[in-house]
Amino acid sequence: MPGSLKKVIVPLSETNIPRPDVSIEMRTMEVALPEETTTSPEQTRPVEASVVRKYLLSRGNSAIADKSFKALMAICAASIFGIVVLIASELVISSQLSWHKFGLEFFYKLNVDPDTHLPTFWDPVAGTFYALPFLYGTLVSSLVALVIAVPLAVGSAIFLTEMCPKLLRGPLAFVTELLAAIPSVVYGLWAVFVLVPLLREHINPVLMSIFNSEIAVKTLGWTGLVGETGLFGGVNYGLGMLAAGVILAVMILPIISSLTREVMSAVPHSQREAALALGATRWEMIRMGVLRNARIGIVGSIILGLGRALGETMAVAMVIGNRPEISKSLLSLGHSMSAVIANEFSEASDNLYLSALIEIGLALFVVTIIVNALARFLVWMVTRGVPARVN
Amino acid sequence: MGVGIEVTNLNAWYGTNHTLQDIQLHIPANHATALIGPSGCGKSTFVRCLNRMHETNPIARVTGSVRIGDIDIYQDASPVEIRRRVGMVFQRPNPFPTMSIYDNVASGLKLNGYSNKKHLDEIVERSLRNSALWDEVKDDLKKKSGASLSGGQQQRMCIARALAVDPEVLLMDEPASALDPVSTSKIEDLIFELKSQYTIVIVTHNMQQAARVAEKTGFFLNGRMVEFDSTHKIFTNPSDKRTEDYITGRFG
Amino acid sequence: MKMATKPNLHSKYRSAVDQLATGLAVAATLLVVAPLVAIFVYLIFKGASSLNLAFFTHVPKPVGETGGGMANAIVGSAVLLGVASVLGIPIGIGGGIYLAEYGRGTKFANAVRFTADVLNGVPSIVMGIAVYSLIVIPQHHFSAFSGGVALGIMMIPTVTRTTEEMLLMVPNSVREAALGLGVPNWRSVLSITLKTASPGVITGCMLAFARVAGETAPLIFTAFGNQFWSASLNEPIAALPLQIYVYAISPYDEWHRLAWGGALVLIILIVLAVSLVRYVTSRGILKGAS
Repeated sequence: MPGSLKKVIVPLSETNIPRPDVSIEMRTMEVALPEETTTSPEQTRPVEASVVRKYLLSRGNSAIADKSFKALMAICAASIFGIVVLIASELVISSQLSWHKFGLEFFYKLNVDPDTHLPTFWDPVAGTFYALPFLYGTLVSSLVALVIAVPLAVGSAIFLTEMCPKLLRGPLAFVTELLAAIPSVVYGLWAVFVLVPLLREHINPVLMSIFNSEIAVKTLGWTGLVGETGLFGGVNYGLGMLAAGVILAVMILPIISSLTREVMSAVPHSQREAALALGATRWEMIRMGVLRNARIGIVGSIILGLGRALGETMAVAMVIGNRPEISKSLLSLGHSMSAVIANEFSEASDNLYLSALIEIGLALFVVTIIVNALARFLVWMVTRGVPARVN
Repeated sequence: MGVGIEVTNLNAWYGTNHTLQDIQLHIPANHATALIGPSGCGKSTFVRCLNRMHETNPIARVTGSVRIGDIDIYQDASPVEIRRRVGMVFQRPNPFPTMSIYDNVASGLKLNGYSNKKHLDEIVERSLRNSALWDEVKDDLKKKSGASLSGGQQQRMCIARALAVDPEVLLMDEPASALDPVSTSKIEDLIFELKSQYTIVIVTHNMQQAARVAEKTGFFLNGRMVEFDSTHKIFTNPSDKRTEDYITGRFG
Repeated sequence: MKMATKPNLHSKYRSAVDQLATGLAVAATLLVVAPLVAIFVYLIFKGASSLNLAFFTHVPKPVGETGGGMANAIVGSAVLLGVASVLGIPIGIGGGIYLAEYGRGTKFANAVRFTADVLNGVPSIVMGIAVYSLIVIPQHHFSAFSGGVALGIMMIPTVTRTTEEMLLMVPNSVREAALGLGVPNWRSVLSITLKTASPGVITGCMLAFARVAGETAPLIFTAFGNQFWSASLNEPIAALPLQIYVYAISPYDEWHRLAWGGALVLIILIVLAVSLVRYVTSRGILKGAS
């Protein structure tokens, strides 16, 4: 077909089509005499053809079926909104009691017992419910997780998209996908029996000896982060904020890593070539050509990881220590929003208690919705120009 | 038997792009009519307007009238009903990948709820014979997937699939453009055989093909139909200068 | 043109930075892979020894007695996942069909897609609370049904999005072929497009299935758990991840052993699902259709 424009009047014999009996002249002659075309018996138009024709004509235009099917599918799609509305309304209604009793103070009040002058945030027996230690625990463990996970995830994403031999790329991506699919409770199990002893016996003592050493106290004492009252002061239980942060880091690594990879692959190749053409080394190419263009999306994937860390429940509940206190030390026992719900929900004895737990759930819902929406928006900003896998 | 097609004042748009302008045309019944013209001239859009496939694209729009036989397809019937009367063969073979050869050919009937098994067997055999594929596939009709055939066989299977619903008109949108010369020649022979029974409209990029198979030829350029006449006249003595330029290769 | 014969200090520095960055990226990748290896080694090491016939056929024994198994939890998980699939898969597939076949480019579809992605990030425990106040409170008791509903709701956004992606992979020419035959639109969507994409859609459903199979948090106050046999939808029911949780935080070695065994079973299920998904999507869902 290509090039046929120039050959139009050329006789067929020159076009290498093996049809010795046909030429334009012959066919055009036949046009004048259509009755010459013979048809073999089995190719004649069937008598019962009209049966098919009649049947098909009897079928309606199926407009009603098509419209109802489309409406049904639209309802399925709209159910996504329904779920959000359902969750929000159930949580708002069920947390009314606590909301009316404590108001906004529920989330920030540093409650102190008038008799003992000790902080008491959460005392189901006395009917005292303030959520600050849970907010604090969720935030701190998630930040610890980010500090650990972000460099590793971005580093591995750089390796996988820019440096890795093709042969390794598939298996390594598969491994990160697997990490994402391991259930929270299995991470928790592993953390309880492997990670916590490891921290208690080997890692925490090292951290403590570094942060609590005399040199550290002398030089950095003014920051308040070192010494007995610093980040690694107090009793070494193994359990606690640090353990929760580390297991959370492991859990959000694959999320950040795979999204960062997606964002980095969305950077057009021309950006890389432009940097290389200027004589950049590979790292300079990655830094200028890739990371600079992908940075919004990478931030988005980090925020998405944060969103996952904020809501992660089981693994955290198993290692954070479950003590509703606020302490600067990462080695101290703490509590988180999701963990307190998981631990106490089924034993919440009165309505106020239950309502307070549901209010924490509502806060978790609102925060994760905002964080996830922000993250998706940022990722979308980078990848929108790239067509999805559509043929 | 096939029926004629009467096109009056047909205009079509993709978004703001006016792809067909004021087409007037009479396509005779039980003949092959070829539509030629350079890429993007609107010939594909035109055939897609004849079975209302054009409007499957949400930004597309059509005005004017198309009468196939005694019905105005934009007034008197729904797209679904029109497409059952007007079969279509596409540029690239598009078998249903999950179906056997048999199911592919029978799909037009089966998916419309027709379930007389014995009759289906007959129709499948006849359609495959009509599309000159029967001898090549009769032994593994239900065993082989339609997608496992060669490109040329797939296209003939697609023709059989279109024939199985016993259409009055057969539209072919560059049916051989993705095929090798041998398969192309088989498809052309087939069109030649079929045109005594069906009204065939074939869009082609290839002028020899138009000359070989069609009695009538229309030349499209920039969304307008420049000339429509007997194939012999178009290729030997065109009345429009632009047609002459195109068929002699003095063109873009 | 012998500019590069004497590398100056600056270019040495640049190449050193380049190598350092490469080294750090490799190290980061190793550190990402390390936990997975560690978890798998422990699971196989600790879990395999506790997997025996009794594990799959017996219910847990009281504290202090050795032996026993998690048969009730395995059956319970199956019941919960059954309820979840009946709810989540049809609705999810329907939503995916809408996004891919009807809503392309519309504001409504974009909003659904965005909301589904955001909903995927909502903590599962929040779903649990919502279902608790929706079903458990009015019924005044925990039940397998409520647990299944919580898991089913969680499946919907995932199934919707994977179904959409898989349907978008079906070439338009296949849709046109069906429409060109005068097949009604609904029939063409179900019998042609969805059927063509079915390997991908099925594996997508399996992935969602595997994800909720490991969910614990929403079950704590819906399905609640049960030490005994129960397959009734109207009663509390045991579930594998829930049992793993209870056993892991218990002080008994025998229960720890069972927890590892349960975790291994769960992981095998999930690895199979993920591998299948990867196999199907990498191979392309369509043979022969281009």
